[in-house]
Amino acid sequence: MKEPKLGTALSSEDFKKKRVFTTSYKPKAEYAWDTGFAIGHYLEGLKEGKLLARSCKKCGRILIPPRAFCELCFRPTDDWIELEHTGTINTFSLCYITWDMRKLTDPVIPSVIEIDGATEGCGIMHMIGGVDPKAIQVGMKVEAVWKPADEREGSITDIKHWRPIL
Amino acid sequence: MGKRVAVVGAGITKFVRRAQETPPELCWAAASQALESAGMSFDDIDCVIHGTAPDAFDGVHMKGEYLSAGSGAWRKPYTRTYVGGGTGVYAPIHAWKHLASGKFRTALVVCEEKMSSCQPHPQGAFITIFDHTTERALGPNLLWIFALEQQRYMAVHGITNEEIARVAVKNKHNAMGHPSAQLGAELTVDEVLESEIMAYPVHRLMVSPTSDGAAAVIMTNEDVAKSVTDQPVWVDGVGWALDTAFWTNRDLYYPRYVEKAAWMAYNMAGIKNPAEEISFAEPYDPFCYKELHHLEGLQLAPKGQAPKLLAEGYFDRDGKLPSCPSGGLLGVGNPIAAAGMMKICELFWQLRGEAGERQIKKDLRWGVAQAWGDLMQVGTVVVMGRDG
Amino acid sequence: MRVPSNQNYTAWRGSIPVGSLYTVGLAGQMFLEALKEKGEILGSPCKKCDKVYVPTSIFCESCFAELKEHKPVKSEGKVVSFTLCHYDIDGNVLNPPRIAAAVRLDGATSVLIHDGLGEPSKWEIGARVKVKLATNREGSILDIEGFELI
Repeated sequence: MKEPKLGTALSSEDFKKKRVFTTSYKPKAEYAWDTGFAIGHYLEGLKEGKLLARSCKKCGRILIPPRAFCELCFRPTDDWIELEHTGTINTFSLCYITWDMRKLTDPVIPSVIEIDGATEGCGIMHMIGGVDPKAIQVGMKVEAVWKPADEREGSITDIKHWRPIL
Repeated sequence: MGKRVAVVGAGITKFVRRAQETPPELCWAAASQALESAGMSFDDIDCVIHGTAPDAFDGVHMKGEYLSAGSGAWRKPYTRTYVGGGTGVYAPIHAWKHLASGKFRTALVVCEEKMSSCQPHPQGAFITIFDHTTERALGPNLLWIFALEQQRYMAVHGITNEEIARVAVKNKHNAMGHPSAQLGAELTVDEVLESEIMAYPVHRLMVSPTSDGAAAVIMTNEDVAKSVTDQPVWVDGVGWALDTAFWTNRDLYYPRYVEKAAWMAYNMAGIKNPAEEISFAEPYDPFCYKELHHLEGLQLAPKGQAPKLLAEGYFDRDGKLPSCPSGGLLGVGNPIAAAGMMKICELFWQLRGEAGERQIKKDLRWGVAQAWGDLMQVGTVVVMGRDG
Repeated sequence: MRVPSNQNYTAWRGSIPVGSLYTVGLAGQMFLEALKEKGEILGSPCKKCDKVYVPTSIFCESCFAELKEHKPVKSEGKVVSFTLCHYDIDGNVLNPPRIAAAVRLDGATSVLIHDGLGEPSKWEIGARVKVKLATNREGSILDIEGFELI
C-alpha cells in the first residue's frame, strides 16, 4: 500500500480560531410519528397503569412491545394480553454520559427487562432506579414503579423506573 | 455462481477526527489512489458503487448523489448502498453482484464518512436509531446499546472486563503500523481500564473514535483481473443477514446474524471448517468486546471462548489466526462506512504481501472481513483469497 | 386486528436535534480566500476536458484528473437562466420578488447560482451581468452580493 492520500487533520482550535472557513446549518426537523394501532393501544394501557402485549397463535409467542403483525410468521397478531408488572434484568449498564457527550455525576441505569407473562427473552428497554447501582446484577427480579395516575400521560415514562424486589 | 470476481486495486485517505476536505474531496482521494494502484484509468470503469452511512453525519441529504462526482460516477451507472455500519463490507458485495452477473466488467467501489460535521457531536445522530415512541422518551444514547450488549455477553459467559480490554491493547498496537491510523498507541490493560467509565462496563479507551475518511477498491471480473495484475485477490465468498429490529426480544450475547452471513460466505467459498481454513480475520471492532463477539459469530472461536484465545496470543498478528492485523476501528479509526472498506483493503494488501509493517508472516490463503451495523442487526461478510 | 379506539395516542411528537458544521474544503478554502482578500472569482481549468470549474475544484469530475492550477475568471458573464421567487421558504410573500440567477461567467464552464440584483422586469436570458462584491467580506459565498445587469 502507498501513503494515504489526503485526510488533512484539523483541531478544534482551528475551528475556534477560524483558521478555515466554515458554514453551518440546523434543520428544523420536527416530527409527528404515527404510533400505529399496536403502540397506540400500548400507550393507552400505560396511561391506565397496564403493561400490554400481543399474542401470535401460530408461533405461540406473547410479544412486548406489542405489534400489529408477527415478524416471524408474517401474519397479523391475535389478542391483547395484560402482563405482570414484574420482570428479570437481562442486562443493564451504568451510564455517565449524555447523548451530546456531557458528563453525569450520578449514572442513569438503562436495562433490558424481560417481562413476566411475555415469551421468555421478550423484554423492553427501561431504567433501573431506587437501588444502589453497585448492587445491580443480571438476573435480579424487578418490579415497575409507576407514576401516580394523574401524572401519567400515555408514555413509556408512565413507569418511572424498575426496582429490585426485596 | 456467475463470473469470478477479484479486487485489483485499493486506495485510502488518512483517518482523522476532523478533516479539512469536503466529503467529495475525500472520496476522490481514495478513489483516484485506487485507480493509480491498479494502473487503470477513469475510463476503464464500467460502474460505480458508493457506500456511506446516515446522511446526518456529512449533513447533506441525498448523500449518495452529493458524493457521486467525487466517487468517479460522472455519466456512469451508480448506486449508493447503505446498511448502517455494515455498509463498508456490503458495498463490495453489492459490486460483486454487478460483476458476477456479467452485466459489468469493472467496478469502482468507494466508501466515505465525514462524521465531524455532525453537531453537537456525531453520537447525537445515533439517538434516532431508537424507537421514537417506546424508547427515545427514556433519553437514550448510542453507548447504552453497546454497554447493554457487552454486559450480557460478559454475564452469560463469565467474561471479565480485563479480558475484553486486551482487544484495545492488541488493536492500537497493530495500528502503529498503519499509515492511515488515527489512534495507534502502545497501551496496557490497566491503562484501558483506568480510562473513564462512559457506560459501565464500557471505558473510554474501549470505544472507537468518530472519524472522517474514505477508502476504495477496484473490482473486476476474472477476464479483466488477469490483464490488470498478476496478483488478483478473489472475492470467493459473500454473505449478509439482518436480524429483527426488536432488539430487546433477542439474546444479545451472540450475533446470530453474523453467523448466518458468515456461513453464506463460507459455503460459497467451499470452506467447511472456518477455524482451520481461514488464515486471518478482520472482524468489526467498534468496541473492544465486539471483536470477540464477532469472532465467535464468524465461527473462528467457540461461543464464550474468544477472550481466552485472545489472552493466549491466538489472535495476535504473529498468532495462529491474526485478527484485526490492520489495527481495526479501535486503532485506525471509525469513519463508519470507510472503516469496513478499510478492512477490505487490509485483506487485499495482506494477501498480496503489501501490508508493510503490518504484514502477517505466515502463508495466507483466505481472509475474512466482517462489518456490523444498525440496531445490533446487520452482519456483512466477505471472504477473499489467493489461488492456492 | 380489530382496531381499538385510541384516538388519544395516534401520534408521538418529537424532533431530530442534530445540526451541521461544514468545512468549505481544500478547493473551497482557495476560492473563498481569493474572493475575500482580492475580490477575485477563481476557476479550475481541466485542459483535457476543456472545462473550467467555478467555484474551484481539486479534481475534474469528467476525467478524474487532479486540478492543480486555479486562475481567476472574468467577473462578467451571461444569464443562462433565472426565476422570480414570489414566496420565501416559509411561504411568506416576497414583494418585490427575489431574483434567483444562474450565470456563466466569461471563461467558466459551470454555472454560478446567486441573487440577481436590480429591477426584476429588466432580467432576461442572455443578458450580460457582472458580479457585485459585498463591502465587508468574510470568506463566504455571500461575499458576492449578487449579479447586476450591465
